[in-house]
Amino acid sequence: MDHQSHSAEQARFEAIIAAEEKIEPRDWMPEKYRRNLVRQISQHAHSEVVGQLPEGNWITRAPTLRRKATLLAKVQDEAGHGLYLYSAAETLGVSREQMVDDLLDGRAKYASIFNYPTLSWADVGAIGWLVDGAAIVNQISLCRTSYGPYARAMVRICKEESFHQRQGYEIMRTLAAGSAAQKAMAQDALNRWWWPTLMMFGPHDAESAHSQQSMQWKIKRQSNDELRQKFVDQTVEQARHIGLEIPDPALRWNEERGHYDFGEIDWDEFQRVLNGNGPCNRQRIGDRRAAHEQGAWVREAMLAHAEKQRRRAAGRAA
Amino acid sequence: MSKQHLPLWEVFVRSRRGLDHKHIGSLHAADAEQALLAARDTYTRRQEGVSIWVVRSSDIHASQFEDEDAFFEPAADKVYRHPTFYDVPEELKL
Ligand SMILES: [Fe+2]
Ligand SMILES: [Fe+2]
Repeated sequence: MDHQSHSAEQARFEAIIAAEEKIEPRDWMPEKYRRNLVRQISQHAHSEVVGQLPEGNWITRAPTLRRKATLLAKVQDEAGHGLYLYSAAETLGVSREQMVDDLLDGRAKYASIFNYPTLSWADVGAIGWLVDGAAIVNQISLCRTSYGPYARAMVRICKEESFHQRQGYEIMRTLAAGSAAQKAMAQDALNRWWWPTLMMFGPHDAESAHSQQSMQWKIKRQSNDELRQKFVDQTVEQARHIGLEIPDPALRWNEERGHYDFGEIDWDEFQRVLNGNGPCNRQRIGDRRAAHEQGAWVREAMLAHAEKQRRRAAGRAA
Repeated sequence: MSKQHLPLWEVFVRSRRGLDHKHIGSLHAADAEQALLAARDTYTRRQEGVSIWVVRSSDIHASQFEDEDAFFEPAADKVYRHPTFYDVPEELKL
C-alpha cells in the first residue's frame, strides 16, 4: 500500500474513533490497535475460563441444593463468557487453537486473582461479591470500547453478571447473620480476597504499560485507578450493611474528594503472582492442561461422528 | 416455466456501526457478488445500513419446531439464573 492511501485510511480510522463510533472487523486498523485488542480480549477470555476453577472446587460441597444449582449456573456462565470473548478475538484474525495453546504453554496472562485458593465456603460468597463485583465495574466501562465485537460481547456479559454478584453477596449476608463461627468465616474470606480484588484493576495509571495508548484508541474508557476507586466506593457501603469490616486501617471517607481514601496495595505481591509465583498458578495451568488433554477424545469423537454422517449421506446419494 | 435456477440468499444488514447484522430478507442471485449488489438495491435504498452480509440459504441450519421443547424448555425452571432471584437490599446498588 502506498503511503498516501495508508494515511487516508489512518485518518478515516481516527475519525471513526473520534466520533465515538465502533471499529468493525473488516475496517482498516493500525496493526498496533489490532495487537493491543488481541492481547486484551484473549487475556479477558482466559480469565473467564481459568476463573471457573476456584469456584468449581466448591460445586460438589455447596451447603444446599439451591446454592449448588446457583454455583453450577454461575460457573457455566463463566465458560460462556470465555467463548464470547474468544469469538470476539477471532474476528481479529487470531485462531482459537493459538489462544488455547498460549494459555496452556504459559505464554498468556489471565487475571491474577484466580491464582488464590478457595479455602472455605465463604470464599464462594466473597468471589461473587468482590471478584465479580470488580469485573462488573470494569466490564460496564468496556461496553463503550471502540471495537464493535468486543463491545457487543461486553453488553451480553454484563447482563449475565448481575446475578453472579448478587448470589455472592447473598451468601456473605447469610453467613454474616449466622453463628459467630459463620460470621468469622465470612470475615476471614473478606480479609483474604479484599486486596487481591483491588489488584484486579491493574497497576497505578502512571505505571500501566499499555494504558495510555489504549485510552487514546478508546479500547479502555476509564483508567485503572478510576475504576478501582469506583469499586471501593460502592463496596464499603455493602460491607457495612452486613457488619463486615474491610481489612484496611487507612480506609476513610474523604469529604473533599467525595471518595474513600484507601491504603496502598502490596505491589510486590501483585508482581509475584502475575509472574507465576502465586499460591495456585501452577495448579491452575496444570488443571487447564489436564482438562484439555482429557477432553481430546471428545473433540476426536465429534470429528469422527461428523465424518461418519458425511460418508453415510454420500452412500445414500450414490 | 423457467428453466434457470438462481439460488436463494439470506441478507443481513448492519444498520449502524456497533450493532449486530440483522436478518432483513432474502433474494435470488447467481453468486455472492450479485447477491450483494441486489441486496444493496433491494434493502438499503434509504440508508438502512452500513454493511451487508449475504449467506446462501442452504448454508443456514436451523433448529426445528419439533425440537422446541428439548432445546428451550429446560431453561424455564432455572429462575436462579436471574438477578431478581436473590434477596439483596435494593439500595446497595448490587
Ligand atoms: Fe464472567
Ligand atoms: Fe461472573
